Amino acid sequence: MDKTIEKLTRADLIGRGCGNFPTASKWQMVKEAKGAKKYVVCNVSEGEPGVFKDGWVLQNHPDIAIEGIKHAIKYLGAKKAVVYLRQDYYQKYQSKLRKLIGKNKIELFKEAGGYIGGEETALLESLEGRRVEPRLKPPYPPQVGLYGQPTLVNNLETFYEIGLILRGKYEKKRLICFSGQGVKSQVHELPENWTIEKMLKETGNWPKFSFFVQVGGGAAGTVLNSKQLQQTLKDIHGLGSIVVYHASEGPKKLILNWVRFFKAESCGKCVPCREGTYRLLEILNSKKTDWQLFEDILFALENSSFCGLGMSVPRPILTYWKNVKKRS
Amino acid sequence: MYIKINGKKVSAKPEQTILEAAHGIVAIPTLCHHPDLKVKANCRVCLVELKNGKLVTACSTKVKDGMEVFTDTEKVKRARKINLEMIFAEHEEKCPECIWDKNCSLQDYAKKYQGKITRFKDRKKNRNIFGFSNTILFDQTKCIDCNNCIEVCHKQEVHFYDKAGKGADSIVLPTKNKKYDCTTCGQCITHCPVGAIQGNPHWPEVEASLKDKKKIVVAQVAPSVRASIGEEFGYEPGTVVTGELVSALKKLGFDYVFDTNFGADITTFEEAGECFECLGKGKMVTTSCCPAWVKFVEFNYPEFVGNISTTKSPQQCLGVAVKTYFAEKMKIDPRKIKVVSIMPCVAKKFEADRPELEYNNMKMVDYVLTTREVAHMMRRAKIDFTKMKPQKFDDPLGQSSGAAAIYGVSGGVMESALRTALDYYAGQKLKSIDFKQIRGLEGTKKAEIMVKGKKVKIIVTSGLGNAKKVMDLIKAGKENPHFLEVMACPGGCINGGGQPVPTNAQIRAKRAAPLYVLDKKSKFRKAHDNPGLKKLYKEYIDKHPDLHHEMFHTSNYRQKRWGARRLN
Ligand code: SF4
Ligand code: SF4
Ligand code: SF4
Ligand code: SF4
Ligand code: FES
Repeated sequence: MDKTIEKLTRADLIGRGCGNFPTASKWQMVKEAKGAKKYVVCNVSEGEPGVFKDGWVLQNHPDIAIEGIKHAIKYLGAKKAVVYLRQDYYQKYQSKLRKLIGKNKIELFKEAGGYIGGEETALLESLEGRRVEPRLKPPYPPQVGLYGQPTLVNNLETFYEIGLILRGKYEKKRLICFSGQGVKSQVHELPENWTIEKMLKETGNWPKFSFFVQVGGGAAGTVLNSKQLQQTLKDIHGLGSIVVYHASEGPKKLILNWVRFFKAESCGKCVPCREGTYRLLEILNSKKTDWQLFEDILFALENSSFCGLGMSVPRPILTYWKNVKKRS
Repeated sequence: MYIKINGKKVSAKPEQTILEAAHGIVAIPTLCHHPDLKVKANCRVCLVELKNGKLVTACSTKVKDGMEVFTDTEKVKRARKINLEMIFAEHEEKCPECIWDKNCSLQDYAKKYQGKITRFKDRKKNRNIFGFSNTILFDQTKCIDCNNCIEVCHKQEVHFYDKAGKGADSIVLPTKNKKYDCTTCGQCITHCPVGAIQGNPHWPEVEASLKDKKKIVVAQVAPSVRASIGEEFGYEPGTVVTGELVSALKKLGFDYVFDTNFGADITTFEEAGECFECLGKGKMVTTSCCPAWVKFVEFNYPEFVGNISTTKSPQQCLGVAVKTYFAEKMKIDPRKIKVVSIMPCVAKKFEADRPELEYNNMKMVDYVLTTREVAHMMRRAKIDFTKMKPQKFDDPLGQSSGAAAIYGVSGGVMESALRTALDYYAGQKLKSIDFKQIRGLEGTKKAEIMVKGKKVKIIVTSGLGNAKKVMDLIKAGKENPHFLEVMACPGGCINGGGQPVPTNAQIRAKRAAPLYVLDKKSKFRKAHDNPGLKKLYKEYIDKHPDLHHEMFHTSNYRQKRWGARRLN
């Protein structure tokens, strides 16, 4: 095993996007893939409510993340790297980043896509100047990525962790975003094997009122009640985030907010998501809510959407019903 | 290798998708899938369940050895039904005015999968209807966002559709980019799964003319229609039903039924002469019988307009023959005659309306019906096509050569012209009149033949995407053919925008094959041997030599951009 892969494997680093994919395997796949050129893409399009850890990295440790990217270019012999930045991040940090990049083959790209731009193949479409929609998989980006070439797509936090690994400073910690009612919106760097409860307590965020939380993202994340917090974030799909809700938060407003978010962010490619989110909202806004129909649509979203965005629409709603409040 | 579908062992090939492996074994509904196009997997109705309980789309999932799939589980039914119902609500039902009525996937699936067409409120009522170049009607209120039209028009290198907005605001719309203009080839029509795109309908006017006792209504039937219209009535693709078609047209009320193949013989005879003349001058000639190609050149390669053959297309030549020669012979006022072409083509509607094709201030073809439209009229008139007793085309414009029969397929026009150019104009003895090098359905074919000791280069191409590649090479001086045949539709008119759906590679091959059989079986295989044609020239043209050129030739003009107009 070569040195880089060995380091990543030993660190047991898991990608910090929502794919939960071992970073070492991904790097190895790109390394082994055949292509005239190779590319590195750093995804900084974070668009999920309650998730702002990439912003934290840009603010505090962009140098470490850039080191990670540089190493990827060198390791893969890539033609260049592209940093795909959310519009406001681009405005705010571009000059700082350019200084750090210097003469390295790293380009900055201002995002065009919104939330779906975070899906790695949609991001590639966006970089190639096309409509921002996910691609059919397989093939996956490590084989056929940017301009059809093998491409490593990692999230900014992942590159930050890689930078730490290279410096020998990685301590199996993860960036966790805290937000919600009675909680200061803040990023904490915490051991990844802590339970959610411990994370809340150690950061002084354990609410004094009765509450429930949403972990893994403020839209697509899973809803848990306050007695279900003995698990780690690794057990749960998604991003490093914990959003706290007052127990009195009404279902109507919650569900409406989630559905509105997904409807606004759907790319429009596939029927369950494009039509489904539209109809979910229509049902919620109608005088008599047809919950049977609502659940049929959630079923189609979960089981037949083209990409992860559509598939995740039901997750907050169904886990809320299951863990917090049965649907009326 | 094998997979199991609903418990039944089925053999499959490694590169196949589940949908392909299931073909002919179990029906899986599809909307966005088209074998001519890339797999997009956006409609999500072709769902099947795998053994692990996961639903996947059959169109996009490759088979694996030993894979087990189930096509009708509770899970499949639940997701498929709701997806279908949401699709129905994207499509405003206008069935009574739609020519796909009763031949429509949405209606079929609603019945078969017990989806309610009205489960949700139609959400696209307020969208627009556009007319492209006066010929293509695009109705956004029926569009289900499958993107087929966008892709097929890109493949044609026309790029006339765009997509804007996201989520439920996604919308397919005509491009605003002034660099592009629709050629009216109609490929988007045959690739739209839900009839959101149609040719400008002429059948209501034809029905009215047929009822009008004061009018003489004359039909002419294009070469490829006889091998494709059967599909509309349940025949296997490629079944030749010429006689039944003539009968059914008579039954619809046409006073005379002539053969566009006669027109094709005129076109061949005239064009071969032109080619022969240009050869002497070293000037490239490209064919003019495909109006979408002519429009494509006019708009995209105006500097080559002078290379388009001046010879009129078969439908126009026959139209002229009807309104001059035939009218005079029968002592009918040509203004009382309505010529109706039955065409595989939508662009022919555009051609028929071109002012520069008028003669004596009259349109020579009044209406153009597509293969689909005429079948629709027959169904409306409750004509049982399969019970028709075959009849012959009427005289004097019913006879034709084998060379005309093959006009319907890519390479046919060139082959016909070569036969006449070599045999008649060059006086060269031909060992064989079969030009096999330029036959077949591949995109671009090349050949070199000797004419009077001189090497003549020929390129035959179909599909505007292929044609563009060839044109760019010619423009760059990297290709320099003497003769260039282009058919806008891939494969030629057998795959025209007015033909029955579905269409795919096998169906195209089946439609093409019998045209060569008809050629082979013909008594006369060269246009100039057609006795009817000889008679026409002797009895009419030779008596009016001053009219000859204007009757059968035109000049093409550089087109302005037609663009798209909102119609509602
Ligand atoms: S699920 Fe479908 S519509 Fe939604 S974002 Fe993914 S591809 Fe686009
Ligand atoms: S008719 Fe042909 S050129 Fe016109 S929009 Fe359709 S596919 Fe494109
Ligand atoms: S018009 Fe037809 S082919 Fe085009 S996107 Fe809509 S449904 Fe698909
Ligand atoms: S190839 Fe034939 S059917 Fe297609 S546009 Fe040309 S003439 Fe019409
Ligand atoms: S046919 Fe498979 S998703 Fe549309």
